Amino acid sequence: MSDEPGTSEAQPRTAPIRVLIAKPGLDGHDRGAKVLARGLRDEGFEVIYTGLRQTPEMIADAAEQEDVDVVGLSILSGAHMTLLPRIVEMIRGRGMDDILIAAGGIIPDADIGPLKKAGIAEIFGPGTRIGDIARYFREHARQRT
Amino acid sequence: MADGPALLTAAVGGERRALARLLTGIENQDPAFRELLPRIFAATRGAHLVGVTGPPGAGKSTLVTALTREYRTRGRRVGIVAVDPSSPYTGGAIMGDRIRMMEHAADREVFMRSMASRGELGGIAATTWLVAAALDAAGYDPVLVETVGAGQAELEVARLAETTVVVEVPEMGDEIQAIKAGLLEVADVVVVNKADRPGAERSARQLRAMLAGAGGRFAAPPPILLTVATTGDGIGALVDAIEADRERARSADRALARARNQLLRAVAERSRRRAEARAEWEATVAEIAEHRLDPITAADRLLGK
Repeated sequence: MSDEPGTSEAQPRTAPIRVLIAKPGLDGHDRGAKVLARGLRDEGFEVIYTGLRQTPEMIADAAEQEDVDVVGLSILSGAHMTLLPRIVEMIRGRGMDDILIAAGGIIPDADIGPLKKAGIAEIFGPGTRIGDIARYFREHARQRT
Repeated sequence: MADGPALLTAAVGGERRALARLLTGIENQDPAFRELLPRIFAATRGAHLVGVTGPPGAGKSTLVTALTREYRTRGRRVGIVAVDPSSPYTGGAIMGDRIRMMEHAADREVFMRSMASRGELGGIAATTWLVAAALDAAGYDPVLVETVGAGQAELEVARLAETTVVVEVPEMGDEIQAIKAGLLEVADVVVVNKADRPGAERSARQLRAMLAGAGGRFAAPPPILLTVATTGDGIGALVDAIEADRERARSADRALARARNQLLRAVAERSRRRAEARAEWEATVAEIAEHRLDPITAADRLLGK
């Protein structure tokens, strides 16, 4: 599994960035999340999709077991001001300090500032290009090794 | 990278985050984790390694969920490794097995890890068996390994697993001939899932008739069970059958066969890397391309023969 020094595979071989895409809360619309999951796969990410109606605890558990680099939260229900900070708190509370947490969905401009203050790194509204999200994840996800 | 030995100690001690990071190091073939391998193996506790394989759509994920539920009622801590295919073009992957595992999401006695196959064609990733060993060391027993949707050639899991469960669905009768030399040959337990569909009994009969005459790896044909993973029907009997195979799997001949396969795989992998590391590798490739050298002689030369 390791490489002897100087072997070709000992050259930097960057492991794919692992992203958890989760839908917290009760809304049942996951088309956006699925489109994003697929788009990120096409950008070379390893995407773990958890499905609908995830509680903050389930999301934190999944992030922990999967040791992801990024958690992407898709939320359309309007409950973002309560759910998203709780998820950040739960993830950070388990010592996962270096995971990038981003959100997407229907989030009014007025809420963006407070959410960022609560620890959501970036918020991607409707119409964001997947390439832009991928670039942001590549630039801001923790560096392995 | 994080301190490997400390991660292993913490993982064995039950810290889930440490275990998760250990698995990442193994999966990424991080050189810092190479030295850890003997320790991981020394720390294993003899978990039952169970492979679950079958064609896409046969219900493998749902079956693994149902198996997990049954093992939990029997007081067991369950480790799960679910492998999904990586795109050969981008290297990316979508892993959706957690969707069906939701009922175990908050259960601290279940640890599930999704793995992308990362270019391996055998239905599991190169490091899957090491990840399973780490879950064993962390105290999960059984460790269930769910392969990518498998056809005829994705048999690698049988080299890893002590007990290989092959999942089929009813009305595959006409296709059974096609898979005869493939998956079924490596089955220790055969499951006809979605048995509430018409034709389930007939499919089981056909499988039974076929396996009885097939001979196969072992003298006795594997048990064939009917399940409905979505309702849990037949799952208790399936776990009984898997448990019954545990002892057989540890017989000397099967243990030796497994060890032989693991060693063959490791030797192939190590010698490939050693050959690739030789300074004359590229020149040798060019020689073959120019038809000045055949690949077998080239390989012997690179491996120092």
